[in-house]
Amino acid sequence: MGLVACRRCTHLWPLGTQVCDRCGHRLQSRDKMALQKVWAWLIVGLICYIPANLYPMLATRTLISKQESTIIGGAIDLAHHGSFGIAAIIILASVFIPIGKFMAVAALAIGVKHGSRMTQLRRQQLYEVVEYIGRWSMIDVFVVAILSSLVQLGALASISPGRASLFFALSVIFTMLSAQSFDSRMIWDQEGPSPHPESLQPKSTKASA
Amino acid sequence: MTDLDTLIACPHCDAVYQITEPQTGERAVCGRCHTVLIAPRKRAGKQIIAIALAIVVLVIAATIFPFLSIRAAGLTHNSSILDAALAFSSSPLLVALSLAVAALIVFFPVLRAILAIYVLAPLVIDRPPLPGAIRAFRLSEALRPWSMAEIFAIGCAVALVKVADLAQVAFGPAFWMFSALVVLMIIQDSFMCRYSVWKSLEK
Repeated sequence: MGLVACRRCTHLWPLGTQVCDRCGHRLQSRDKMALQKVWAWLIVGLICYIPANLYPMLATRTLISKQESTIIGGAIDLAHHGSFGIAAIIILASVFIPIGKFMAVAALAIGVKHGSRMTQLRRQQLYEVVEYIGRWSMIDVFVVAILSSLVQLGALASISPGRASLFFALSVIFTMLSAQSFDSRMIWDQEGPSPHPESLQPKSTKASA
Repeated sequence: MTDLDTLIACPHCDAVYQITEPQTGERAVCGRCHTVLIAPRKRAGKQIIAIALAIVVLVIAATIFPFLSIRAAGLTHNSSILDAALAFSSSPLLVALSLAVAALIVFFPVLRAILAIYVLAPLVIDRPPLPGAIRAFRLSEALRPWSMAEIFAIGCAVALVKVADLAQVAFGPAFWMFSALVVLMIIQDSFMCRYSVWKSLEK
């Protein structure tokens, strides 16, 4: 249509406009480098994820023992002590979700380039799930922060953060940046632009104010 | 060519629509990817400002008061949110992480609340927006994914269960303030109709 849309405030401008007049956001119909940015952040995130699993996440010191545990090691310990539920949560939040996120973002990026068997709506939903869940991986870092500030009982017991917490936090931040640089409009571009603007039909919600 | 002010583009899939302003309580949803485009609410501005003020007060209080306390074999230790945020500062390598955690759970949420007040307060009393309001709202939108107070709250629950068999844990006043805070933030976010704010900033 010869228009460019502002991604931040949804206003439309004639193609070639540089900056949105309403919100000052930089306008760009499609960022040609977007996919490269996605891959770059994703790979850095993946690299950070390796030391995050190799280094200890927590160091627990009690009267009788001193113990350093990695993410997976800590979860296995918990399972040995019988708390299978918590072990499952930790494995889910710090192993399955990050790996799933890596695969999902990679699949979306490949899908834009080479097409995908998933429908566009399905891929859009996948992207929204990734964007939503991405932040929640940070939970492990917060747990370490809370534990190591709380459990400071002098000689009796103390917990201190390990090096892995830094790498894990970096990995989460980089994958969030990767997901943010993915332009979900590219999913829909294969359909071709809609030639005429449809009229927007307001729907009433059940929870009306 | 239609007037560009009457068009709206879905930020997720780039579908273009002719704007039909929804009535209060209605929502305009993108037909292609189901993103909510416009969802105005009655008196949303005043409600958001009230919530934002509450958030600022609660965060400041919740940061100072003890959050959790732990007791084992006669020893007690109190911990505030500030302690949790600065837990990583013990070793120099982790100081950066410490600052990041402090920003994610305290600084960004407060900043977003203050920006919301700054942007919306003049609009509610029918005054022209304050200088820099557009930049302020943009910053607030950019910070949205990085304000992680609610994740911290769930993290507390996980940490509690982990410590529960090691020692006795008790909640401090800040824990309850923080729980309220999380609910308020979610409400504030769902009340905010970005389209309406941008439109009134434009005038």
